[in-house]
Amino acid sequence: MSIRRWLEPILIVCLLIWPCMAASAEADGQALLTELAEAPASGKAAAITAIAESGDPRARHWLQAFADNKLSRMDDSGRFVVVLENRGRDWTVEDALTGEAIGEVSRRNLNRVRINNSLRSRIGNILGLLDLKVDDPAKRREAARELRGEVDAVMAESVESLMESAEDEDVRDYLAEALAIHRVQRGDVSAIDTLRGSLSSEARSALNKAASSDDPELASAASEALTSIEQLLKINNAAETLYFGLSLGSVLALAAVGLAITFGVMGVINMAHGELIMLGAYSAWGMQQLLPGQPGLALVLAVPVGFMVSASAGIVIERSIIQFLKGRPLETLLATFGVSLILQQLVRTVISPLNRTVVTPEWMSGSLMINEALSLTFNRLYILGFALAVFAALLLVMRRTRLGLEVRAVTQNRAMARSMGIRATRVDIMTFALGSGVAGLAGVALSQITNVGPNLGQNYIVDSFMVVVFGGVGNLLGTLVAGLSLGTINQLLEPWAGAVLAKVMVLVFIILFIQKRPRGLFPQKGRAAEG
Amino acid sequence: MWLTQPLNEKSTRLFLGLLGAALALVTILHLVFPQGHPMHMSIYTVSLMGKYLSYALLAVAVDLVWGYLGMLSLGHGAFFAIGGYAMGMYLMRQIGTRGEYGHPVLPDFMVFLNWDSLPWYWYGFDMAWFAFAMVLIAPAALAMVFGYLAFRSRVTGVYLSIMTQALTFALMLAFYRNEMGFGGNNGFTDFKDLLGFSLSTDATRLGLFIATGVALAIGYVICRGIVLSKLGRVSIATRDAEARTRFLGYRVERVQLFVFTVSAMLAGVAGALYVPQAGIINPNQFSPIFSIEVVLWVALGGRATLYGAVIGALVVNYAKSVFTGIMPEAWLFALGALFVLVTVFLPQGLAGVLAKLRGKGSDDEKDLTEKEAAA
Amino acid sequence: MSLISELTDREHVFDFLTPAASPVDVRHGPILYMEDVTVSFDGFRAIDELTLTINDGELRCIIGPNGAGKTTMMDIITGKTRPDTGSVWFGSRHNLLTMNEPDIASLGIGRKFQKPTVFEALTVFENLELAMAADKRVFPTLTAKLTGEHRERIDEVLEMTGLQELRWRTAGVLSHGQKQWLEIGMLLMQRPRLLLVDEPVAGMTEQEMERTAELLTSLAGKQSVVVVEHDMGFVRSLARTVTVLHQGSVLAEGSMDEVSKDPKVVEVYLGEGI
Repeated sequence: MSIRRWLEPILIVCLLIWPCMAASAEADGQALLTELAEAPASGKAAAITAIAESGDPRARHWLQAFADNKLSRMDDSGRFVVVLENRGRDWTVEDALTGEAIGEVSRRNLNRVRINNSLRSRIGNILGLLDLKVDDPAKRREAARELRGEVDAVMAESVESLMESAEDEDVRDYLAEALAIHRVQRGDVSAIDTLRGSLSSEARSALNKAASSDDPELASAASEALTSIEQLLKINNAAETLYFGLSLGSVLALAAVGLAITFGVMGVINMAHGELIMLGAYSAWGMQQLLPGQPGLALVLAVPVGFMVSASAGIVIERSIIQFLKGRPLETLLATFGVSLILQQLVRTVISPLNRTVVTPEWMSGSLMINEALSLTFNRLYILGFALAVFAALLLVMRRTRLGLEVRAVTQNRAMARSMGIRATRVDIMTFALGSGVAGLAGVALSQITNVGPNLGQNYIVDSFMVVVFGGVGNLLGTLVAGLSLGTINQLLEPWAGAVLAKVMVLVFIILFIQKRPRGLFPQKGRAAEG
Repeated sequence: MWLTQPLNEKSTRLFLGLLGAALALVTILHLVFPQGHPMHMSIYTVSLMGKYLSYALLAVAVDLVWGYLGMLSLGHGAFFAIGGYAMGMYLMRQIGTRGEYGHPVLPDFMVFLNWDSLPWYWYGFDMAWFAFAMVLIAPAALAMVFGYLAFRSRVTGVYLSIMTQALTFALMLAFYRNEMGFGGNNGFTDFKDLLGFSLSTDATRLGLFIATGVALAIGYVICRGIVLSKLGRVSIATRDAEARTRFLGYRVERVQLFVFTVSAMLAGVAGALYVPQAGIINPNQFSPIFSIEVVLWVALGGRATLYGAVIGALVVNYAKSVFTGIMPEAWLFALGALFVLVTVFLPQGLAGVLAKLRGKGSDDEKDLTEKEAAA
Repeated sequence: MSLISELTDREHVFDFLTPAASPVDVRHGPILYMEDVTVSFDGFRAIDELTLTINDGELRCIIGPNGAGKTTMMDIITGKTRPDTGSVWFGSRHNLLTMNEPDIASLGIGRKFQKPTVFEALTVFENLELAMAADKRVFPTLTAKLTGEHRERIDEVLEMTGLQELRWRTAGVLSHGQKQWLEIGMLLMQRPRLLLVDEPVAGMTEQEMERTAELLTSLAGKQSVVVVEHDMGFVRSLARTVTVLHQGSVLAEGSMDEVSKDPKVVEVYLGEGI
């Protein structure tokens, strides 16, 4: 035992320093594995180290197979094999030394090389150290990351030397942290400084343990470091909540802005707005069906397609129903509700009552890692950006184009605008098409974060109305601010109130809010708005 | 007295007469003809009619605020459901030890949730008088709080519609939660008896049907009484020119609050009568789509007529039963199309068509000529 | 007076027995007093430090070009718009800025809108009935009964406004001029102390205008009347004090002749043929 204790580090260092020196003879391999198989439980660790030290290129493969319970010796021939398939009575194996496929061998003929959990974790660490030397820098970084909390006395020295020679800064930081954790575990007060500001759970658990140790100096230093870490964590959590809130808010704002346009300009409550969003989401799905294997391209194409589909549906609704209900907002509300029922049922009948999956393209999956405690998922990041882009485009349309000018004129005084030669009917059609088209865009965005199904629209319509009411009618920026703030409020409330109650509280909040500001955050002022 | 005024009116007498005849007819069809006879009406159908009548009362309540006050409430289902839940709580307490778990006090779902005592707001619901009072008080309280806040800040028109929809939506979300203590998703069901009468006997169910008919008659007379009073004229004035009414010295928000609260109470009674006949109450009753469907009944029947609301509720619900039996997918298409067609082509509803067919002017004008004759 | 003698005095009227909403106090001068009132919408000053006094029983005409702030001024008096600064008193007791529309209306200020607003779904008779001075709280309204006295009062106003024949017609079918009359009739039903009349003769024939002028003149003395009007001929026919508003404040005040000679007024109205 004691011999191994001091031998092992040396062996590992040798392994790392002379990685390529070993000659790989079949015989050596056979000998190493035989030693591993035949050594008593207490001697197996030495055998493992010997294998690792041998520098044999197959060493990694053997150790992995050993750790996975897949290394066996055939009773009859004494050959070492790796089990590939262990179902049924005959198992598929390959020769461990040559890699040659042997085919199926009776289970009874195989004698598994026994292993226990402590050996398994040792192998894990050794493999980790081996990974630190691979060519792929991403893999090296990952291996270094994984080492934190795993370093023990045996490995410490080799880790230290690796750290000094590491070129990658991240790798060096990770290894330094790993070493510091190890030292703190051993009661080294000076190592605590390195852990200050670390956000990893391993560092925290090491510090936690140290904080309750008997050594008062260590305990106080550790708890002090912990406090500063908690502080950092709090900031990161807040940032994360804010991010979730903003991303939820951008979805709400996107879903509501079309409504704000049609309501603001035409005074029309479009209850079918949710279904126009749904049509946009289904366009994303449809495009992916048309372009199988190209989910990313399909999604990009779905942006104009979704806009056009919903805009056309909007024009049909405007021409066939809304134009006949001028000046009767409550009737318009009822009629468009009927349209929403029809559209929902249409999707159920024609496509399916079940939810459809829209594939997330590769460039939208994954997340942007800011630090240990904070990572931003790409899909939400894209949607946030998309929402901002849509708002910017809408603002441009409203402020810089002839259509925008006419729309604003009609919003402020329909009769006057008409007498100035603006064709209010045409403006109505264009506005409704624009509002509906934006709903389609919202649908395309939503297809990335929620289920695409016939009820999609229903889930967003009440929220959208709330955003419009909160933001003030006919005000694009108001809608954006209202959407973002409602999303954030919702996320802030959720941790201690639960998702459903948070929603209820937001609704109650809005009901109370319009007590103070009946016309929203950014009301239109002046005499025109009073009448 | 303002309440007896409608009884002198021809149209109310006609309505009450027809309703009485319908109740008598159903009773006769059920009781006189034996089971198996082609004229026999099964108790299932009787209860179905009872549910329709409770819906009709709800529609009358909606018409009172929409037709005469101009407030399109998309949340009246909430008052209906609250009345229903109050009744449901009473019925749950009546189950006693006959529940699945046999707990003497706690309803099954509470035992299932491992609750050890009754939440405070369940106290008193074992007493019929308390529960029945709550059927009126709970919806009224909600209507007063909501209405006070909304009317005080002059939330009207589409804003009010949206807020009422948000109200019922929020309540639906809340009632879906188990922690609320109202049975979560499943709501209340498996009722045993009401005032000591077993709900599974035909006699009780026939009695419930007749009680619903009587409640509809009373509700109708109350609404008609309000409409015929000076307050009814103030309501119409508010609907058509709110600012003008204010300058005449009427406190518009109080008029609105009063009528809205009365309407909510009627809706609560309708819900309470609905629950024992349907045998279940769950949060779906709060869903915005139910409330907006009620508005369709009123629109189809004819707004601001009261009797039109009754016709609309009966016609749409009968059609729904027939349709969902034959081809369920088509029902939503039909309902959606109905919304569009009624608002675009039938703004006066069936009542308007009836009036046109009879070649007479509007109902109000006819009343006035009567009034003139009396004066 | 000691407490005991107070209690034993049978004629004594205790404070708590006098009605809370005491009548308008005009002993100390004007019935309406506006001082330094300013209102702005989005930076635009609709009313700019306006000071205006209306005496009890006076008939006052207010004229001014479009945008002079005439309608906004009425909005302030009736409680529809709250001014940014300034004070508005009704008599010497009631601060109108602390009251809401119905309170102000029941205090005795009646308003006729620029665009005639009558309740079109109700009959002429019912329109007048609603306007009638009465207890206008919810429950009294619910149980209200029409007494013979009320009918007489309504008949009287119907006669004054010449609408007797139309009493059972719905107001929606009346002509524009008839609606104007009905609205004036509704004002009279309120028995107001102060009538605010916004463009009463718009859309009236020459004859109707004459009758309106007659009616308004006959009201003055018993009631105070403020008339906002564009029609100079009509204002001249009323022949009372005229106030000229311009850009939210008083430009000139005096008799019609004085005012029309004022060079400032002429400048503002140049080309409009005052």
